[in-house]
Amino acid sequence: MSRAGRLGAALALVLVALVALVACGGGSSAPGGARPITVFAASSLTEAFDEIGKRFEETAGGARVTFNYGASSTLVVQVGAGAPADVLATADEATMGQAVAVGTVEAPAVFARNRLAILVARGNPKGIRTLADLARPGLVVVLCAAEVPCGRSGQQALDKAGVEVTPRSLEANVKAVQSRVTLGEADAGIVYATDVQAAGDTAEGVSIPENHNVVAAYPIATVKSSRNKAVAAAFVEYVRSDAGRAILAMAGFSP
Amino acid sequence: MIAARRERAGVPLAALAVALATSLFFLLPLAGLVWRAPWSSLAGELGNREVRQALQLSLVCSLWATVLSLVFGVPLAWVLARAEFRGRKLLRALTTLPMVLPPVVGGVALLLAFGRNGLAGQWLGVQLPFTTAGVVLAETFVAMPFLVIAAEAGFRSADQRYEEAARTLGARPWTVFRRVTLPLVAPSLAAGAVLCWARALGEFGATITFAGNFPGRTQTTPLKVYLLLETRPEAAIVLSLVLLAISVAVLVGLRQRWLAPG
Repeated sequence: MSRAGRLGAALALVLVALVALVACGGGSSAPGGARPITVFAASSLTEAFDEIGKRFEETAGGARVTFNYGASSTLVVQVGAGAPADVLATADEATMGQAVAVGTVEAPAVFARNRLAILVARGNPKGIRTLADLARPGLVVVLCAAEVPCGRSGQQALDKAGVEVTPRSLEANVKAVQSRVTLGEADAGIVYATDVQAAGDTAEGVSIPENHNVVAAYPIATVKSSRNKAVAAAFVEYVRSDAGRAILAMAGFSP
Repeated sequence: MIAARRERAGVPLAALAVALATSLFFLLPLAGLVWRAPWSSLAGELGNREVRQALQLSLVCSLWATVLSLVFGVPLAWVLARAEFRGRKLLRALTTLPMVLPPVVGGVALLLAFGRNGLAGQWLGVQLPFTTAGVVLAETFVAMPFLVIAAEAGFRSADQRYEEAARTLGARPWTVFRRVTLPLVAPSLAAGAVLCWARALGEFGATITFAGNFPGRTQTTPLKVYLLLETRPEAAIVLSLVLLAISVAVLVGLRQRWLAPG
């Protein structure tokens, strides 16, 4: 093949790939004719909401749900900037409050709570029982950075327990703390109960007593600019139903 | 610019139109950054202790990565350019792999090699994650290929007859390398080193994955930018501008090589 021919072939390939991508994007629009709703949800809801979405589609005939997961602060900014969202679920009430303040959502309600827990390697080889154990010299502890919510609540919990920890690293998000522990680079980290659940067999959780714990409340609300308010409201209702709560509980959330 | 004017007769209008659109594609994000920059609080942000710490750590680590890349990369490039052996192409592919590998994947790979439970980590007993040395290692891993490629091209294009002449006049191999080869490839090495340094300076994925994030120890400027975006976007923009200014300076420094081809 000539050089020009090769270049042409490469360009054609790129074009085909692009067209395929675009087609996929459009392909999700409703086989049943109903307009799909888009749920903007905090990353920690990924496992639970994927499952809830599947069940919701089965029960609400023809309705379709797509999800956009991300940091709550980012989601609020996106919805405020006019992103096509129908439902917003955040990992704390403060960020939802920002969306309420600018008038992008209606009547948020708390549907789940997430407690902090200490994540340790499977079998807890270092015998960590309390937050105070994290101050032990020689123990490799990682926390979330103060810039992200899990870092702020983790620090609050340590303050409540009167413990001063010297972390080796301040991770950019809670999933990074989780992987440090599951990969064995760190002995312990402070995460959410849902992350303990998500870590599965690779790690285990040590619970933090109620008086030291910092509990995050997760509010959910429909977006005012939604063009499919009926389905959006039905989804919110399903999340708050017994069926929805059961799925959330399996993912590690408390009511 | 001059090149474009000289060639215009041969360039179809459509290509010029696409070129214009493409240049906008590259220009707009930069314009956005400059447009949103909080110019009034610029000095204050740069005076912030953690910001200065991040900049300082970035400078130190990227310079170390460049030095290590020169020390280990130049001999490698020499072997790749001059030695004939089986598996040379494989070796080249291996050493350039970090250029195409997603940096996060590179970071995970480094963890599995040099982490606490990694292949070499377990065996050497050294604790590289969460240390400044870990940052240097991650940056070297990602940036060295840029130097190796430039240096190899330099060694290839250097006229070997000069070296032969030196040898026939009785110069020892080390003298030939120092007095003949090195001056011949110096421009390539310099360009490679600058590219390597710039890549190390901007390194994010492998660093945060392998070395972690702790102010003053492993939190380099790109990591700080990423975290500042969560809470103080204007400070993140200021730091981004500093990195942008450095990139521009690098390009200006290399203009002989790229901005004026031919």
